[in-house]
Amino acid sequence: MILRASLAAAAAVLLAVLPLLVNDYVLSAILVPWLALALAASGQNIVTGYAGQLSVGSAAFMSVGAFAAYDVHLYVPGAPLLVAFAVGGIAAAAAGALFGLPSLRIRGFYLVVSTLAAQFFVEWLFTKVGWFSGNSASGVITAPPLRIAGIDLSSPSGHYWLALGVVAVLTVALRNIVQSRIGRSWMAVRDMETAAIVSGVETRRAKLLAFAVGAFYCGIAGALWAFAYLGTVEPHGFDLDRSFQVLFMAILGGLGRLTGPFLGAAFIVLFPIALDLAGARLGGGSVDPGLLQTLEKIVFGALVIFFLVKQPAGLARLVSASWIQLRRPETSP
Amino acid sequence: MSKTRIVSFACATALVIASLSACRSRSEGTPSTTTTTASKGASPSEGASAQYFPLQSYRVGPYAAGGTGFFGGFIDYLQLVNERDGGVNGVKLVWSECETEYVVERGVECYERLKGGLQGAPPAAMNPLSVGIAYALIDRATADKIPLITINHGRTDSTDGRVFPYVFPLSLNPYSEASAIVNYIGQREGGADRLRGKKIAVLYHGSPYGKETIPIIDLLAKKLGFTATQIEVPHPGSEQQSQWLQIRQNAPDWVILRGWGIMNPVALKTATKVGFPVDHVIGNVWSNSEEDVLPAGPAGVGYTSVTTHPSGRDFDVLKEVDKYVLSRGKGNMQDPGRVGSVYYNLGIVNGILNVEAVRVAQKKFGNKPLTGEQVRWGFEHIAVDDARLRELGAFGLMQPIRLSCSDHEGGGAVRFQKWDGKAWSVVSEWVQSDRALLRPIIESSSLKYAQEKGVPVRDCEAEARL
Amino acid sequence: MSFFLEVLLGGLLAGVMYTMVALGFVLIYRASGVFNFAQGAMVLSAALTFVSLRERGFSFVLAFVATLAVMLLLAVAIERAVLRPLVNAPPMSLFLATLGLSFVLEGLAQTVWGTQVHGLELGISDAPLAAAGLVVSRFDLFAAATAAVLVGVLAVLFRSTRAGVALRAVADDPLAAIAVGIDLRRLWTIVWGVAGLVALVAGLLWGARVGVQFSLSLVVLKALPVLIIGGFSSIPGAIVSGLIVGASEKLADVYVGPHLGGGIESWFPYALALAFLLVRPTGLFGERAVERA
Repeated sequence: MILRASLAAAAAVLLAVLPLLVNDYVLSAILVPWLALALAASGQNIVTGYAGQLSVGSAAFMSVGAFAAYDVHLYVPGAPLLVAFAVGGIAAAAAGALFGLPSLRIRGFYLVVSTLAAQFFVEWLFTKVGWFSGNSASGVITAPPLRIAGIDLSSPSGHYWLALGVVAVLTVALRNIVQSRIGRSWMAVRDMETAAIVSGVETRRAKLLAFAVGAFYCGIAGALWAFAYLGTVEPHGFDLDRSFQVLFMAILGGLGRLTGPFLGAAFIVLFPIALDLAGARLGGGSVDPGLLQTLEKIVFGALVIFFLVKQPAGLARLVSASWIQLRRPETSP
Repeated sequence: MSKTRIVSFACATALVIASLSACRSRSEGTPSTTTTTASKGASPSEGASAQYFPLQSYRVGPYAAGGTGFFGGFIDYLQLVNERDGGVNGVKLVWSECETEYVVERGVECYERLKGGLQGAPPAAMNPLSVGIAYALIDRATADKIPLITINHGRTDSTDGRVFPYVFPLSLNPYSEASAIVNYIGQREGGADRLRGKKIAVLYHGSPYGKETIPIIDLLAKKLGFTATQIEVPHPGSEQQSQWLQIRQNAPDWVILRGWGIMNPVALKTATKVGFPVDHVIGNVWSNSEEDVLPAGPAGVGYTSVTTHPSGRDFDVLKEVDKYVLSRGKGNMQDPGRVGSVYYNLGIVNGILNVEAVRVAQKKFGNKPLTGEQVRWGFEHIAVDDARLRELGAFGLMQPIRLSCSDHEGGGAVRFQKWDGKAWSVVSEWVQSDRALLRPIIESSSLKYAQEKGVPVRDCEAEARL
Repeated sequence: MSFFLEVLLGGLLAGVMYTMVALGFVLIYRASGVFNFAQGAMVLSAALTFVSLRERGFSFVLAFVATLAVMLLLAVAIERAVLRPLVNAPPMSLFLATLGLSFVLEGLAQTVWGTQVHGLELGISDAPLAAAGLVVSRFDLFAAATAAVLVGVLAVLFRSTRAGVALRAVADDPLAAIAVGIDLRRLWTIVWGVAGLVALVAGLLWGARVGVQFSLSLVVLKALPVLIIGGFSSIPGAIVSGLIVGASEKLADVYVGPHLGGGIESWFPYALALAFLLVRPTGLFGERAVERA
């Protein structure tokens, strides 16, 4: 118990003092996108990992969150930043519940169609209806000044604090949800739907709730992505590739684990950069960057297959397993 | 939450931090490893006395053809300056690439990674060649005081340097381009007054880039009396049958193609398929390369498009590139056959303007590596006239350009070229856009932006007096 | 009226393309119960391999045969590396694995052959053919004829060959099929190989239209609603629903689209598929309900 608390505290302190340890590049080009994507992957994890429903529309819900938050800022002058974020999340949750409705009748990869419909429809809607982007000719939205209660968060470390705060609160909340009745009903739906119905779990409610809560997390993540990271976003910034990216993070990190999305996101954010640096170091300039990029694709795809075959519990399991082995070598064969 | 989960979380955090601090030490200690392709321009020891060009290039992905050609030409020109002149007034040029794949967040990551310079060589300017990335960098580049060059593209109102001090839509902004195309169509019809009552359809790419010209086309239609139908092609544009059927039903006199990447050959093929005459399709400046028409095969013959620079190798500067760079085996192009192509020559033109900015700024600040802010001054004082173009070996390759504090475009004229199935041939003189008509629209848009974002408007006259 | 017919006809002919891709899906689904998202990537790799070989001086026939050989090798590799290890995995894992597979294939094809756009000429003019006041693309007619021949050949093969009979047996009752001694793994390899052939033909027809390049793999997204409407396991279903999707999306885009701002083609087939799903979850010709509550 003491160990648990102290470790959690250590992690918290470490994340809190990070801005003092690293430079702006790491803060604004690695840590902030990592946090935003990890949050989106957490949303995916709720739908796919805990409730067992397939979704390839996470980016659509991120998009709804980002645009709704922007619209609050635009049309409600003086609305606080966090209120805009919350509205973004709620709008995304509504969209998630809407496109999750077919899950009441269909399952499995049939659901892919419903979530893909969300993906394409939302992208089209924000491109076509100028109102959402404040009638800007190009359809691009730009971030409002980031300040909360008078504190200016426009510096790279400010962005990081904002993202860290939001993600920390939502992650703790998710931990509580997962351990509650709701979380148990999700897992019941995932593990044995028929048995869940027999034992009195309201599966329809559980599924819709999973879609709504998952989309809420994605929506907030989208707002963070647009405001705290890029500072500007267009509807196509949340395209199908982003949905796949988020799905891959959830799978690689380990479905149904709180830490999974963070590990998966770290991997997907850091891997291309690591490959880039390695290519430069090893090849000394002779490595064609285009080649590295296609290689990266192959490695991602192969890893997804590898994890599905060999390590369905993902990186989270891998990490905890190696930790146990380190601590208790005598228990390993 | 079980103990192992807490433990693994802590582990993961430690892992991330470890890799991050590794990144940090790399990016601060030995900057050479922060780049993808090591500089070929100078040895590391020369870094401190060199000027750095950070290149957010893209050589893979759906738009790779544009990226390889443009950055190939750009790099070859920088190489030429080093090989032939030993740099700009003794200041060597160095560069490194970071692959963006035309994806916005990659571009942002690359920007953050490269903006610190290379081995002490300060960055001169950013050239991402992507509207999406450029939009995302406007605030960052302005805060970091690094010029952001968006040659022939970008945000039209960034032409107003009073509001966008660090953004340069060099040579042709999207409004000028649309205006020049309409003027050219007027010429083909036998005079601008003949446009009245004509029907023009605009087929545009469903992206910020594609949508940029919607308001100006509507305005020109109202002013000149033609009817404009603007039809969006959803990204990436590999399926256009219904759009072209609509065009056929609508039977416009002209179609303006505002495409990008794969959308262009598909448009030409589909035009043929529905029987629309391809010689009445006018392509914009991002629908004008060999890569846009070659995949269309015979369907592209007779197609006309805008260009700010002819293709081909028959210019002094390209001959010099051949002599000093290519024949020494230092060319950047994987496919040497593409030297002289439209994208490659755009890269050359872009190189000329970037280097010219450095040269102009050196006159004021001295022959040493300059900061982004100083190079910005250089850009704003570029004055390339015909005589200077001859010196640069670029007469006929590009138009005269004069930039200022309030005008970050400086050109605004285009020529038109026709595709014969093998090569482009220029079929018009320089066609001017109505810059006087466009300027007030640009200013009202930029001032609105300034007000929304709380950006101060520069007083250009006061700056000139300094 | 004639414009309406033209749009309809154009849509039907475009639908033929969707059918071709959906066909590959159906074959694989019947044999192995896998929802193969990588079908689009297979179309891309096949077309890219073919066109690159042609550019290196191979004759049409030689390039076709060589590409087919590559696709067969690929089928063997996929069976070994993906299908066999995941034999008892839940369908969702299999689907996600094919998603990973599509990344691998796209990456591989582009690593080997490069990323530039290739033009592909099959020697069929795309010039419109005017008949009875209608304008129809010659190439579309050719594509439709090719697709019809391909479907016919496949139908004959599946009726008359051992592998065909085995495939039908597996589709009807996998356990019984294994019990009577059908080698499931061999069958899988054959079916993935045939799907490779279908992908090659689809890639050639599609590539000749839009150029051979990366977005060919996106065709998978068009085939998905076709499958939902037609049912995952029915070949006639794939054909009919391919035509339905093609025709309705073009009609919708031309007649409804302008009122909504245009470009509704991207999501319309999905909305259609969802509507079908709610009304008739087994699809048009679907024989059995798969995984639905």
